[in-house]
Amino acid sequence: MLHLELLIQGLIYGSMYAVIAVGLTLVYGLLRILHVAHAGLFALGGYLGLLIINATGSLVLGMLSSAIIVGVGGMLMYRLCYQPILDRPPYVALIASIGLFIAMEEIFRLIFGPYGLTYHHPPLQSQMAIGGIHLRAAEIGMVIAAVGLLGILSYLSQNTRTGIAWRATVDDAEMAKSFGIDTIKVRYLNFFIGSGLAAVAGIFISLLSNLVEPTMGGVPAYKALAIIVLGGLGNVRGTLIASLLLGVVEAFGTIYIGSILDRDAIAFAFLIVVLMIRPQGLFAGR
Amino acid sequence: MGIYEISLATVVGINIILALGLNMISGFCGQISLGHAAFYGVGAYTSALLAKAGAPLPLAIAAGMISAGIVGLIVGLASLRVRHDFLAITTMGVGFLFLGIVRQQEFLGGELGISAIPSSGFGKIGYLVIVLILAGFVTAFSLWIKRSWMGFAFDAVADDEDTARVVTVDVNAYKLAAFAMGTSMAGIAGGLYTFFARFLMPDDFGFITSITVLSMVVVGGIGSVFGVIAATIILTLMPEFFRFISDYKLLVYGALLFAVMRFAPEGLAGLARSSLAHMRFKTRTKDEVA
Repeated sequence: MLHLELLIQGLIYGSMYAVIAVGLTLVYGLLRILHVAHAGLFALGGYLGLLIINATGSLVLGMLSSAIIVGVGGMLMYRLCYQPILDRPPYVALIASIGLFIAMEEIFRLIFGPYGLTYHHPPLQSQMAIGGIHLRAAEIGMVIAAVGLLGILSYLSQNTRTGIAWRATVDDAEMAKSFGIDTIKVRYLNFFIGSGLAAVAGIFISLLSNLVEPTMGGVPAYKALAIIVLGGLGNVRGTLIASLLLGVVEAFGTIYIGSILDRDAIAFAFLIVVLMIRPQGLFAGR
Repeated sequence: MGIYEISLATVVGINIILALGLNMISGFCGQISLGHAAFYGVGAYTSALLAKAGAPLPLAIAAGMISAGIVGLIVGLASLRVRHDFLAITTMGVGFLFLGIVRQQEFLGGELGISAIPSSGFGKIGYLVIVLILAGFVTAFSLWIKRSWMGFAFDAVADDEDTARVVTVDVNAYKLAAFAMGTSMAGIAGGLYTFFARFLMPDDFGFITSITVLSMVVVGGIGSVFGVIAATIILTLMPEFFRFISDYKLLVYGALLFAVMRFAPEGLAGLARSSLAHMRFKTRTKDEVA
């Protein structure tokens, strides 16, 4: 029973990691940038969602508007921060992104205070038991949202013109361009969707702990990087599997080796071990 | 100089050693490391444990240097397996792993850290002199390496690893050498910090510290010894001189890191070089006109 419970806990966290990491891996696939500031957008999504839900009382409205605003924010970030430095060596964008993320965390702290904000009436807090395992509505909602959103994304990318143009650009931008695809538009779309997904994940995380705080992006930021590296950088399927795997490894690890390593260290120990065996990640790049 | 100024100067000296260590790895040899604070921490904790066991200061700091260098060599081995972005994330992972281990170990003080570390026995000014001598030594060593054959080889590795390999540069050996030397410097800095602070907390050696050191290297101009020293002095003193910045310290660091990468990726050294070239150009055109 304990094992089943751990497995489910791991998959719940893993599905949240997946929603964050997909945006990150798409940015990497498209631009070869390790987009650390993605986690800043994740936190921004959490803050906006909480503020809107507290103001209106509507979960759906909060999620939708937060995802759209953060999506636009992601597009702006691409235009203002990344586009001008794309032709520089890769560490330039990485360090710029880290700087941007730290600055965002600090701005949240200065505006909203260091202790974070809580919901007045947190939605999705009811408990239910499925097959003897107690789950909270927010946890179930997170898994449903993850499966739903990633499913829709996968359907659209296979079956619409825009989706096909997107996949073509990720695959080979030069070739896509020569076929008349507007690759710049694809980049904006990519940042919009990836950032919107991060915002949704941010709201679900805030529902689980009933808290948004300035540093809430920190741990997902570094863990999501570990995940996309594990998944083979730019490989979407690999990223999804790596997310779930990491969630499960963490859940079991905290029980069995938690006395030696804390939760975050387990994730990175796993990353280092895997990379030493397979330097290209679990699933080789595209 | 009052006690406050002496402490500040000591911190500057320690940070210079720390930043020049990272400059050796990331600047000279082009291997981006996001976990430099871990080696700083290995040095600090080793020195602290030895100092509490009664070891004299030179022995404690030397042991800190050696242990950090050994851990650095092991991480350097990882750099032979993974490259570029993969290496950056791996070194970041090493940083988190170090913190995770330290936090859970009773004999390293866990979350509470190590306190009551004996004093250096040299007094504040005497200790400052020691730190500055070591900082001077590390600076001279960096300059010497940069101009040596090894410096050229580092340049080749940083520039294009595969080409370097083609012209028979032993890339693996040079990478390991860069990691071993750079992390040993971090170990010295850690040992010096131990006797300065006399109290260690795991968070002193976290990701933010790694990024702070990285910002010193990057703002100074990656690979430039004098640029890095200038940036280290500025970034260490800035929050102290402008008290109102203190609360915004991290915001300033973050924004600066971003702004330098966005507008002047070659840092202070690059700015100095281009303004110098500009001045020369101006005087030359003036001469020609005259």
